Amino acid sequence: MKILVPVKRVIDYNVKPRVKADGSGVDLANVKMSMNPFDEIAVEEAIRIREAGKAEEIVVVSVGPTKAQETLRTALAMGADRAILVQVEDDVDVEPLAVAKILKAIAEQENPGIVMLGKQSISDDSNQTGQMLAALMGRPQGTFANTVEVDGDSVTVKREIDGGLETVKLSLPAIVTTDLRLNEPRYASLPNIMKAKQKPLENKTPADYGVDIAPRLKTLKVAEPPVRSAGIKVADVDELVAKIKALGIA
Amino acid sequence: MTAPLFDQWRARSPHYDDSHEAVCDSVRAFVTREIMPHVAEWEAAGELPRELHRKAAAAGVLGLGYPQEYGGSGTIGHDGGFDIFHSLVQSEELCRPGAGGIPASLQTHGIGLPPILATGSEELKRRIAPQVLAGEKVICLGITEPGGGSDVANLRTRAERRGSSYFVNGAKTLITSGMRADYITLAVRTGGAGIGGVSLLLVETERAGVSRTRLDKMGWLASDTATIHFDDVEVPAENLIGPENAGFGAIMRNFNGERLGMAQQAAAYARLCYEDALDWARQRETFGKPLVTRQAIRHKLARMLQMIHATQAMIDRAAWTVKTGCAFPGDFALLKVQATQTMEYCAREACQILGGASFVRGGRVERIYREVRVMAIGGGSEEIMYDLASRQFGF
Ligand SMILES: Cc1cc2nc3c(=O)[nH]c(=O)nc-3n(C[C@H](O)[C@H](O)[C@H](O)COP(=O)(O)OP(=O)(O)OC[C@H]3O[C@@H](n4cnc5c(N)ncnc54)[C@H](O)[C@@H]3O)c2cc1C
Ligand SMILES: Cc1cc2nc3c(=O)[nH]c(=O)nc-3n(C[C@H](O)[C@H](O)[C@H](O)COP(=O)(O)OP(=O)(O)OC[C@H]3O[C@@H](n4cnc5c(N)ncnc54)[C@H](O)[C@@H]3O)c2cc1C
Repeated sequence: MKILVPVKRVIDYNVKPRVKADGSGVDLANVKMSMNPFDEIAVEEAIRIREAGKAEEIVVVSVGPTKAQETLRTALAMGADRAILVQVEDDVDVEPLAVAKILKAIAEQENPGIVMLGKQSISDDSNQTGQMLAALMGRPQGTFANTVEVDGDSVTVKREIDGGLETVKLSLPAIVTTDLRLNEPRYASLPNIMKAKQKPLENKTPADYGVDIAPRLKTLKVAEPPVRSAGIKVADVDELVAKIKALGIA
Repeated sequence: MTAPLFDQWRARSPHYDDSHEAVCDSVRAFVTREIMPHVAEWEAAGELPRELHRKAAAAGVLGLGYPQEYGGSGTIGHDGGFDIFHSLVQSEELCRPGAGGIPASLQTHGIGLPPILATGSEELKRRIAPQVLAGEKVICLGITEPGGGSDVANLRTRAERRGSSYFVNGAKTLITSGMRADYITLAVRTGGAGIGGVSLLLVETERAGVSRTRLDKMGWLASDTATIHFDDVEVPAENLIGPENAGFGAIMRNFNGERLGMAQQAAAYARLCYEDALDWARQRETFGKPLVTRQAIRHKLARMLQMIHATQAMIDRAAWTVKTGCAFPGDFALLKVQATQTMEYCAREACQILGGASFVRGGRVERIYREVRVMAIGGGSEEIMYDLASRQFGF
């Protein structure tokens, strides 16, 4: 079985994003970028499935600018086998629907048993690509995966839902999206970083897959969240309870 | 440029490529997940958990730059593509929490292991290195004595040969990771006075006659620092590292690597001070305007940058001499002084800019300020570095 893992290059999760002065978006100039953390979890899960002997090949794909190559190389250094970069212009943000269409086209060529995506990217928090891909392809989906168990021609996914876990069994091929607690991704060591340089990386464009990536959405304005106003100090629990009651919260 | 300095400096240097960025990403993720959440806990405990060493080994951190045959990533010019700049990137990233005791104590193998790999017997290398690089055992370096650390040539801890063993008597102090260490690479006197009587001996700390006392310190709180006593400790002769009475040269060569690493750490702490001070100066308003608009403050920040850039240029040049095999000890001595003076200046001025807030425990700048002295004294003090440099440069 082959596993296809889409990975996105996003602003590093340690960086405090700044909004551009003209409110048109987040300032990405000179900002540290890295792999979307949920995608790292997806790469790790795919590697574990392969290590368990239940998959033979892991193909990673990124729709993004030239620099997204670095993100693909990180995935290759973690252990993926080959990579596809679907290259777009530097400042183009591809919306989830267009990404899903590109992934569908790739999946039709590659025929993966599982497409393993992050549940969302921390850049725009859309949480849509996996679901859209499943719908476009007419495949079963197991989203917000907490555990993934591949067994023959099916995969069992425990899903994180409000207040607990839901278990679903999907027949392969299927779409899985990963949640935070699925695993702890490994770190790429220097020898593996060097080996990753030798692994194949194919360059493509959206046009190669016949997908129009023109945006369907228009961003009107991006603003910093309002600054939290200073709190107050209370002397003891009684005062705290009194304050809460006065606010009518409890 | 609004982004943090921490992420920018390599972009315009000829020495760093995408493999260095990849190491940066990987180590940063490791630090963020495995170290950042525990800084306060480990500082309170006064030591690092063993588990961290194992995790750091699995992540490739402990083995970076060590021979592959012992579990490392490969050395300069050999398999694996390692060059010394990967180590610099890793050092910098490990400093990001701004808690010096953590990288210091996690990496005492960086000073304890190289003498064994450089001059030890094959049997000794195989016995010690793989376990240390796997994070299963902790090794430390014992040079400094209660009677003094600068004057290495006159150290007094004696190892006397009787039959097939050495018997060690004396004491070492200020030894990083000394409380937890399983092994100590120990500088001992096996011969007469002066440099020609010094040897290195690998001592297992579980041997009878070894006792240790914990030292409380101004900084490096997460690092266990010990005074270690040796009372007629019997050590088999095969634990001798390199030839007898040839230890002084090995100790001195080891210092070059230690000083380069410490210089990068000092530069990293200087950068953190700059970043936190700039951040503060942007947000803090006095007399109706942000601090960063005041010339007195702008000059401080600009001078910090000036010194940090100069230091990094010296570091990169020194690293390049290591990479190309033309390293000169005088350079490393001056580099260390340059770096710790930069750290000292940046820590001082960052505290000034933060004002009273810098005096309150818990912030990165406050902690770094308390860790200036160990950087300026440990691994060769400023005075000794100037002295060494003047002799190396021939006056
Ligand atoms: C936190 C910490 C961790 C350490 N970890 C280790 C470790 O792991 N292993 C280890 O072996 N050591 C370790 N050290 C010890 C360190 O290397 C010594 O502190 C250092 O070498 C200086 O030695 P000393 O403290 O004995 O000072 P001294 O040698 O007594 O010197 C005192 C002062 O006098 C100055 N001085 C000395 N001689 C001269 C001279 N001829 N001319 C002018 N000035 C002079 C020195 O510059 C210094 O400022 C550590 C120290 C610290 C603080
Ligand atoms: C241990 C301790 C005890 C204290 N005890 C008391 C106390 O009992 N009572 C009390 O009232 N206060 C007390 N203080 C507070 C102390 O007086 C203030 O820290 C001090 O006045 C500086 O104010 P700040 O910390 O708010 O810094 P800020 O006013 O924010 O200044 C920060 C930095 O910017 C510089 N700066 C500010 N404005 C300008 C400008 N226009 N141009 C150039 N540079 C500028 C300052 O010199 C300083 O270096 C104490 C402080 C400490 C650390």
